[in-house]
Amino acid sequence: MALLEVSNLSISFHTRHGVTKAIDNVSFSLEQGQTLGIVGESGSGKSVCCYSLLGLIPTPPGRIDSGTAFFAGQDLLNSSEEQLRQLRGNKIAMIFQDPMTSLNPFLRIGEQMIEPLIYHRNSNRRDARKQAIALLEEVGIRNPQRTYNCYPHEFSGGMRQRVMIAMALIAEPQLLIADEPTTALDVTVQKQILELINQLRLKRNLSVIFISHDLGVVADVADQVLVMNAGRMVEQGTTRSLFNHPEAEYTRKLLAAIPRGNKPTANRATVQTLLSVTELTTRFKTYHQGKQDELIAVNKVSFNLQRGEILGLVGESGSGKSTLGRSLLNLIPPSSGSVIFAGEELVGKNQHAMKPWRRRMQMIFQDPYASLNPRMTIYDALAEPLLLHGITTKKNLEQHVLHLMDDVGLARAYVRKYPHEFSGGQRQRIAIGRAIATKPEFVVADEPVSALDVTIQKQILELLLNLVEQHNLTMLFISHDLAVVRYLCDRIMVMRQGQLIEIAGTEILWNSPTHEYTKTLLSSSSTALG
Amino acid sequence: MWRFIGSRLLQAIPVLFIVIALTFFLVRFAPGGPFSTEKAVVPEVKRALEAQYHLDQPLLVQFGSYLSDLARGDFGPSFKYPGRSVNELIAAGIPATAELGFYALIVAVVLGMTAGIVAALSPNTWRDYLPMSSAMIGICMPTFLLGPLLVLIFGLWLEWTPVSGWGEVPGDKILPSLTLGAAYAAYVARLTRSGLLEVLSQDYIRTARAKGLPNFIIVFKHALRGSLIPVVAFLGPAFAGLLSGSFVVETIFQVPGLGRFFVQAAFNRDYTLILGSTVFFAVLIVVFNLLSDVLAAWLNPRLRSGLGDRS
Amino acid sequence: MNITTSEVYERGTSLWQDAWIRLRKNKMAVAGGITLIVITLLCVLVPFLSPYDYEQQDLLLGASAPSTQHWLGTDVFGRDLLTRILFGGRISLLVGVIATSVALIIGVTWGAIAGYAGGRVDAFMMRFVDIVYALPFMIFVVLLMVIFGRNLFLLFLVIGAVEWLTMARIVRSQVQSLKQLEFIEAAISLGLSSWTIIRRHLIPNAIGPVIVYTTLTIPSVMLLEAFISFLGLGIQPPQSSWGSLIADGVETMEEFPWLLIFPGLALSVTLFALNFLGDGLRDALDVRGAKD
Repeated sequence: MALLEVSNLSISFHTRHGVTKAIDNVSFSLEQGQTLGIVGESGSGKSVCCYSLLGLIPTPPGRIDSGTAFFAGQDLLNSSEEQLRQLRGNKIAMIFQDPMTSLNPFLRIGEQMIEPLIYHRNSNRRDARKQAIALLEEVGIRNPQRTYNCYPHEFSGGMRQRVMIAMALIAEPQLLIADEPTTALDVTVQKQILELINQLRLKRNLSVIFISHDLGVVADVADQVLVMNAGRMVEQGTTRSLFNHPEAEYTRKLLAAIPRGNKPTANRATVQTLLSVTELTTRFKTYHQGKQDELIAVNKVSFNLQRGEILGLVGESGSGKSTLGRSLLNLIPPSSGSVIFAGEELVGKNQHAMKPWRRRMQMIFQDPYASLNPRMTIYDALAEPLLLHGITTKKNLEQHVLHLMDDVGLARAYVRKYPHEFSGGQRQRIAIGRAIATKPEFVVADEPVSALDVTIQKQILELLLNLVEQHNLTMLFISHDLAVVRYLCDRIMVMRQGQLIEIAGTEILWNSPTHEYTKTLLSSSSTALG
Repeated sequence: MWRFIGSRLLQAIPVLFIVIALTFFLVRFAPGGPFSTEKAVVPEVKRALEAQYHLDQPLLVQFGSYLSDLARGDFGPSFKYPGRSVNELIAAGIPATAELGFYALIVAVVLGMTAGIVAALSPNTWRDYLPMSSAMIGICMPTFLLGPLLVLIFGLWLEWTPVSGWGEVPGDKILPSLTLGAAYAAYVARLTRSGLLEVLSQDYIRTARAKGLPNFIIVFKHALRGSLIPVVAFLGPAFAGLLSGSFVVETIFQVPGLGRFFVQAAFNRDYTLILGSTVFFAVLIVVFNLLSDVLAAWLNPRLRSGLGDRS
Repeated sequence: MNITTSEVYERGTSLWQDAWIRLRKNKMAVAGGITLIVITLLCVLVPFLSPYDYEQQDLLLGASAPSTQHWLGTDVFGRDLLTRILFGGRISLLVGVIATSVALIIGVTWGAIAGYAGGRVDAFMMRFVDIVYALPFMIFVVLLMVIFGRNLFLLFLVIGAVEWLTMARIVRSQVQSLKQLEFIEAAISLGLSSWTIIRRHLIPNAIGPVIVYTTLTIPSVMLLEAFISFLGLGIQPPQSSWGSLIADGVETMEEFPWLLIFPGLALSVTLFALNFLGDGLRDALDVRGAKD
């Protein structure tokens, strides 16, 4: 008999705005020691599905309409809250997406870790402590004795996720539900955490439900895969068959959306340098408990950018890649060095002197929810740069704005709407429209697709490629995702801790990286699907 | 931690100096002196009186000598109560005011937090609406209205409690403490409720639930601590309000406390007593603000360890 | 900017419209708003509505309980209480509005400059606010009123001077967090001038919290005025505000409780209405809530 058997599960949410079906007739089962991957985009119901099994969705507004769920013979949907509580953290444990917010910042790590033992096993604190320290060691925490008495804020994201895993496994559960456990982590750390989960799983014969939006990660870890979309099961099967011979249309679309392969090398007749950066350095003053400190975010970076080129800039969080992008545009004034754009030195120019140059260089931001003024209609947002730089007359303004809408693939009818009435992908289109409104020569795109679902991501990437082609744009494309960069860029530049590690043509870097760090980065991000 | 306390103490020095200087010159520049009301005073006597209290010296000299006296903890003699020093007068008022303030604080914290927790645990039900509507009444009902109304209802009509006094008849401390504490209880209740609701929606509470912890532990061990920080931070400034509120309550219920001295001193233009009690209040307020800041920081491990996170 | 075209566009719902819809659904806030309008109208129009003058004494009648002649009774001089309460309300509301405006102007300017400038300017300006914040204000208010006499203008100034601090803090933190948002960065990268950014991007987004806090400042200002008048330091007779009416009522509450209860009720109901409206506005204007 399967360890977990879910059949015909349907869940709906009843709010003032009406009834939404979150889960519609979902069935799956999981054997002891197996890993089930649940894949879907945001809003697909992949998390709700698992949370509901443990009574972790608020009811009301949530309501389980039908279905059955048995865990080791226990009827989950007809269990009392108390019976479910006995199960949680004891037989079924969970880890979550964001390790920065999932640990209680007010309690010591040890105190949080031993709670499952104390409340489920009636252990005394001394034994619990011993077990916790042993487990901390097992998940790869150095100096577990000290860690036991530390607070979460003293650790990095990767370390906290290790603590979360240790905490989840301390009461020896049979099933681990991992909800996007590596999404918030850097790619090299992600690799380590996935390996850790895999090791622990094998050693303990643990069953795992692995929820993720990332097909590549799921392909790496899961035996069985369940694809969900809009609350419904799309397809289910073994990992191999599902990824090799997807049957459902949606699965194929998902797989096709994964950026694959490289950009065909463009043959440009003339090579013309648009941007020349020399020894660019940006420092921040930080104040910490009254002491002034200095952080060198960008450290003596030099490179050139050719007209019509897309240069990828990759690095992990804290590498200084965003600061570099903003320093080029003088949004963050550089401390020293030189940025020569179309023959003109930009470093040292004040905001006023920058104004004529602003028309020629633009930026696309990461978070489409924050990069649009929520109180302006799309029309106003797009009209603002056009009027400011005198690109069009008042009379032609409307036609011009509508053409921009066409350019970025938005229906003209939406032009009087406000940003909050659009989805993330649509908002990113608006933001792109605003950036290309002034017909710039150079665009810095700072992680423009990392907040988007994979199918939307694909569309936005296509849009960017088209626009680069049409308008002969030069682009600095900042990303943490190597596959995306490879798909889009002519050359790739790797940054780490403010320094430029390596810069080379995409395929050269991909196939024969020279720097050790680049090798680690590449090996971490390669997946079964890559 | 010590650095934090140190820097806060340093910050308190300009505050105190401004308070002293402002009060000193305000009082001196005010029309009418302490001896101008006594019409019968012969000019010579007035001059002699002024000389006795050094009022004939240049202002800055007076200010300097006042400061140096203060540094030695000497508030000077009272103008209106001949032969008594301000220190004595303040010392006489402290016990009643301190006791009243203490009880009011207890009322505020116990009543307020209980109401806030009850409301936050079942939001949008009658267990939320009832305490929160009462809190709203507490906020909209100023001390000087609530006090007389309580006296009217419980003292005069129902005759359950004494009408005024402090420590003379059993039960006469109930109404003043309740009156003074009520508004603060209301604020504490609102802060506790919103703080707790905010914390209960955090990811780490979901983690605690996923660990299968009993509800009681989740609320009191995991959630309450974080939601207490705004409450504790409020209590410092609240104490300042409590003190200034205390002179209304002391007047209404005829409590022989500092507040009454202060109001009388202000009306009498008793320079040294005004100055003394203002400085004394200011010091108390600074100390309590510091205490509540330190306590709030201590509740937050990030600030406590002083390591901080660079991200 | 108007679009004049034959094409049909779907009209968007702005966040303001959203907030208005949410506010109208909030029964307590609507009730608060209506109550306020009614009270304000009554206070403004009382000279035309009331058959009595607020100074008009009837010593023969003296204090009388509510009757058909005098709906809320009369005070010890035989003056109509309802008329006096409504006239008192004019002063209380006036102080509330004017002193709040003083606080609003100083606080918003101070906070916006500190928040937008950042760095040293910000540190200096906010340190100043911290220091002033720590002063025992009630005591100064009492001192000032005692020393400089009962002066309505001074009252506005003093109350405004106390209340601007919180406003400055709120505006500053609002501006600071807005400044971090990418749309401000986007505006800079478009080449907009500082002034245009402030006017078109910062102010429209910072105004919500200011409105909410203003609504919540009025009751605390009115409380402060009532408190000062209660001490006999604010409004002087024969003029009266709700605070001084309550003070009068306290003296005779044993014999004539209505003289305390009705002015108290007037003050409390108004404060209630303002607070409910403020809470409702806060819920309705919450920008985060509009995202989902």
